[in-house]
Amino acid sequence: MSESIVPPEVRPKPAVPAKPPHVAAPSPTAPHGPSGLGGGFGVDRVPGLGHSGSGSTLLGYIGIDTIIEQMRKKTMKAGFDFNIMIVGHSGLGKSTLVNTLFKSQVSRWSSGWGGEHKIPKTVEIKAVSHVIEEGGVKMKLTVIDTPGFGDQINNENCWDPISKYINEQYEKFLKEEVNIARKKRIPDTRVHCCLYFISPTGHSLRQLDIEFMKHLSRVVNIIPVIAKSDTMTPDEKNEFKHRVRKELETHGIEYYPQNEFDDDMEDKNENDKIREAMPFAVVGSDKEFQVNGKRVLGRKTAWGVVEVENPNHCEFALLRDFLIRSHLQDLKEVTHNIHYETYRARRLNDNGGLHPISANNTQESNL
Amino acid sequence: FEISKWNQYVGFATLPNQVHRKSVKKGFDFTLMVAGESGMGKSTLVNSLFLTDLYKDRKLLNAEERINQTVEIIKHTVDIEEKGVKLKLTIVDTPGFGDAVNNNECWKPITDYIDQQFEQYFRDESGLNRKNIQDNRVHCCLYFIPPFGHGLRPVDVEFMKALHEKVNVVPLIAKADCLTPSEIKKLKDRVRDEIERFGIKVYQFPECDSDEDEEFKQLDKELKECCPFAVIGSNTVVEARGQRVRGRLYPWGIVEVENQSHCDFVKLRNILIRSHMHDLKDVTCDMHYENYRAQCIQDMTRFLFILHAVVKLTQDNRMESPIPMLPLPTPDVETDRLIKMKDEELARMQEMLNKMQQQIHDGKDQ
Repeated sequence: MSESIVPPEVRPKPAVPAKPPHVAAPSPTAPHGPSGLGGGFGVDRVPGLGHSGSGSTLLGYIGIDTIIEQMRKKTMKAGFDFNIMIVGHSGLGKSTLVNTLFKSQVSRWSSGWGGEHKIPKTVEIKAVSHVIEEGGVKMKLTVIDTPGFGDQINNENCWDPISKYINEQYEKFLKEEVNIARKKRIPDTRVHCCLYFISPTGHSLRQLDIEFMKHLSRVVNIIPVIAKSDTMTPDEKNEFKHRVRKELETHGIEYYPQNEFDDDMEDKNENDKIREAMPFAVVGSDKEFQVNGKRVLGRKTAWGVVEVENPNHCEFALLRDFLIRSHLQDLKEVTHNIHYETYRARRLNDNGGLHPISANNTQESNL
Repeated sequence: FEISKWNQYVGFATLPNQVHRKSVKKGFDFTLMVAGESGMGKSTLVNSLFLTDLYKDRKLLNAEERINQTVEIIKHTVDIEEKGVKLKLTIVDTPGFGDAVNNNECWKPITDYIDQQFEQYFRDESGLNRKNIQDNRVHCCLYFIPPFGHGLRPVDVEFMKALHEKVNVVPLIAKADCLTPSEIKKLKDRVRDEIERFGIKVYQFPECDSDEDEEFKQLDKELKECCPFAVIGSNTVVEARGQRVRGRLYPWGIVEVENQSHCDFVKLRNILIRSHMHDLKDVTCDMHYENYRAQCIQDMTRFLFILHAVVKLTQDNRMESPIPMLPLPTPDVETDRLIKMKDEELARMQEMLNKMQQQIHDGKDQ
């Protein structure tokens, strides 16, 4: 993409609200107890006792806020899709990290496989899907591996197959959307997040890192991580992170969470803190060891055990919380509302509009 | 009447001592090349090996500055003295190797440099004043293999194959403190396997003499099985087990560079400095340099043959050939092809010579 694409002015509303709406504290003039969320509130004879901070005052409780609960039930039943792509040259522990993140053998190379790690001649795209369940919530997780990236002597344009794959998924979704008789729930194979693994040289980013992120940060959410960070002492780690952040800034590479998509001040503050702490320096492991009477995931060396979930040892816990516990849904939304819309706008402009197609025949793609 | 024992003692057993004294007076020199991508800890390892700080004022380039950088060759020289023995150590650094997006033939500047040193020595050796020849030939090349991979990468294989017949290549596994003991073993096995499979001729430690004692032989065997060495370097001193040692301080423990159970640094240092420095120099002189010299002479011979033929052609066989005919080596396919090439060159040169003669002729007329 040579020209800069301006995201469309008006963003369509997300399908599921990102956070529960704010509930203002009851006004000090109210003589009665605080209002609760989700019902269970007795009808109060005093008029003018409002719920939300803005909007008209309600005369009694209606139950609008139970919609949150209804949505939650529906989405739980429907389940979530999440597609994560991992990019980095071979041996950086990508598969191990993904397995550690999702606490299951979801990656192509399961620990017990012992298969031959052959370097393919061109970059391949291998997607593996698993359904994992936790607390009644089902997630269909697809891990997209990119073996062969950066492993050859000449790595020029080795990101082309990756770029092509991402655009193909957007195209697939677009075709479905544009259909006359389209499915109720369009299967979402778009890449929601791309974990880019930086080699822990301790010096700075490599040229290939910059080229890749420059080309793809406007197409997909890129989260850079520093792989195998147990090779650096805490001081070296901090210096390296600082240098990497500066380099990313110099080259105008916007990694997720992108500055321009912060909704409001609260978001911005939260995301600023995260952006300052990125890229996270992580260590992955699928083996457990005994440390101080506890069983921990880690790596055992002759001089000690590197604990994966110990924040003093590495930032795996930060990455996991960020990726899964707080920003998983946001990743999907940014992909849908921004990256996908950008792609769609470009496609519609390029071809003078895509015509809706009937369920029976397909239109030739003019890409 | 016994002939006094003293008369039967000639006394040349003192020769080694005499050689030793002369060498100590003269001093030794050693040229070590380090190669590998940036960030593999090459400079740190060199500092740890020779207890120096050769890279104090180095400025690390960031990725933008490195975009158009080609592979450079940078030499650092330092004079070290220990117990009266002087060593002139030259470290040849190769910044930029393997760092670009397209690394095709990134080893060419390095092979060119090695060849240049050989050529220089060859000229000096064939020259008139041979008293003070400077030996800049590269005696050993430490190649740093990243610990992050699953074995040798294509660039590693190509590099080592481009160099294994020009210099002693000693492969190392860099930054070995990010690997667990079992991972190190797996990686070493893999690398050894691939070295054999691709036919890479790394530096071989010479066999023990059969009359060495068992302990020495055992040590030697362990050394050979340890290849490639998994090393760690450090520029900092930490406190470990009540002592101040070179090491790296992690939140989960302290890595000691000179602790044999942590890494193979001590083994590498012993090999490089304490036991095999001289052998590395010998192999460089006796094998790599001799190979270069033989190839050079062969090429020169062919060139001289061609030159002779040209001279013969342009001088109508009247003048005596100023260049003696040298015996040609047995021609083979390669030689034939080269001779065909030279034939064509010959024809062109002859034409040029004719033109020049014509011009001189015309000039004379005017």
